[in-house]
Amino acid sequence: MKLEGKVWLFGDNVDTDAIIPARYLVTTDPLELARHCLEDLDANFARQVRPGDLVVAGKNFGCGSSREHAPLALKGAGVGCIIAVSFARIFYRNAVNIGLPILECPAELPAQLSPGERLQVDLDQGRIIRLAGGSEVKASPLPPFMQEILKHGGLIEYVQARLQNDGLL
Amino acid sequence: MPGQTMVEKILARGAGKEKVRPGDLVNVKVDLVLGNDVTAPVAIKEFARLGLERVFDPARVVLVPDHFTPNRDIPSAEQALALRRFASRYGIVHYYEVGRMGIEHALLPEQGLVLPGQIIIGADSHTCTYGALGAFATGVGSTDLAAAMALGELWFKVPPTLRFVYNGKMPKWVGGKDLILYTIGAIGVEGARYQAMEFCGPAIEALPMDGRLTMANMAIEAGGKCGYIQPDRITFEYLEGRAKSSYEAVYSDSDAVYAETYTFDVSSLEPQVAFPPSPENVHPVSKARGIRIDQVVIGSCTNGRLEDLRIAAALLKGRKVNPRVRLLVIPATQAIYRQALAEGLLEIFIDAEAAVSTPTCGPCLGGHMGILAGGEVALATTNRNFTGRMGHRDSQVYLCGPAVAAASAVAGEIIHPEEVA
Ligand code: SF4
Repeated sequence: MKLEGKVWLFGDNVDTDAIIPARYLVTTDPLELARHCLEDLDANFARQVRPGDLVVAGKNFGCGSSREHAPLALKGAGVGCIIAVSFARIFYRNAVNIGLPILECPAELPAQLSPGERLQVDLDQGRIIRLAGGSEVKASPLPPFMQEILKHGGLIEYVQARLQNDGLL
Repeated sequence: MPGQTMVEKILARGAGKEKVRPGDLVNVKVDLVLGNDVTAPVAIKEFARLGLERVFDPARVVLVPDHFTPNRDIPSAEQALALRRFASRYGIVHYYEVGRMGIEHALLPEQGLVLPGQIIIGADSHTCTYGALGAFATGVGSTDLAAAMALGELWFKVPPTLRFVYNGKMPKWVGGKDLILYTIGAIGVEGARYQAMEFCGPAIEALPMDGRLTMANMAIEAGGKCGYIQPDRITFEYLEGRAKSSYEAVYSDSDAVYAETYTFDVSSLEPQVAFPPSPENVHPVSKARGIRIDQVVIGSCTNGRLEDLRIAAALLKGRKVNPRVRLLVIPATQAIYRQALAEGLLEIFIDAEAAVSTPTCGPCLGGHMGILAGGEVALATTNRNFTGRMGHRDSQVYLCGPAVAAASAVAGEIIHPEEVA
């Protein structure tokens, strides 16, 4: 899978309360959640994010609660892929499970990027290309098992396929 | 071949394998799956897409409406209704209605649903609490919950294990909360990311179950996949007359391999306080002395258990909450509420001019029942102090144990319990 988009830069330890504050957890609608996505960190994000944009962050992205509303809000906002130095584990699972692409990048990458610059991302190969200048960064692609879930479109689709296989559906 | 840790053994058993190694991807059978009024509605929506007539086992699915209940507003009422309807349609045995419920992570152990050696997943990050009883328990998201309700199994990557050894005897006023805050302060919020945390040593062996649950509860605040204490006399005593079924305890081998071992001496540990906006900004209470507070919250799945209320009541007895401060006391379950009533603790809180409420997560996640205005400062026995966690984005939350919370409510500023007692 190949993606291209504009960079939104965030720091380390972006927690799920920052991605979607608990006060909005009374809906499960991704578009509604997207209207408040990251609003306590950057009020412009929800207003100005465009489909395909890329969120780039530092260490431990998505730490905190298990709320799937966090990746749902980002997906609802149209974010094409989250690129971070590392992810908190529940967020990592959740993103893959709902079919939101993520990629772990080298620790130095976020500091080198400027907000708004364009990147091309090859998810299968784990390659990130900076379109201005054309330099290439190697990232770690998801393990094959998780790519498999992403290719199905998420865990539910994956389970459906499995149940069908087992003759349970 | 070297030995295995408790978590490796439990996951191996769940996967039907002789041995597993950190990094292995395994598909395991789960013993219990949990959802609440925030996470289960999403899971129910996903589950519906599978078009199944049944969940894998109606006696192994637990649903607890605790976050926004008693219903905060119409949208939260709709979410709670979705839970209730699902529970009745699929014959969920362990559905706990308001008036019979409690905060999930206090409720499940209390009800004897959590047993040593089990594999438990919950669509709530603090599911790691159950490691206090020697289970492998970890938080997942709603889609994972939906898949687990359908299949009764889920995939995991076997985590490496970190070992935390606590030597010495804990001083007065120091409890499980202080140990875990100190630990998070030492290793940071991602110090245990993707890893299991084994808590052991003489101070843990002496720690009552309430304090153990508090410690395992906050493993996630260090990024941990799970936190656990191996079953011992205290565990078995706790389970006596409570365990809903038989179980088989699992222990780490003496030659188990740990990714790292941390050793702490707790004999001179002060009560700890985590400053906003991160649970890793931990300082001894003496460094926090004099910080003015507007609200104190004693409750949550971290410190809303009976022992916590007893500690708070001992300090509040015959005293009044400072006129500048609002004190909220929220017993974590209906049974704790009932027992606190029987022991006269609720009367002490009310006489001290605290607001006492029915069990709910409420202010812990900034849900309801105690939201902060801009510029306000809270001191809470909860587990997260992120920006905006308890309300306005310009409010602040300090975290501590029940003794510091109760003493500070009287003083109107953060203070060592010794100064009030
Ligand atoms: S009390 Fe707080 S941390 Fe515990 S389950 Fe409720 S919201 Fe989560």
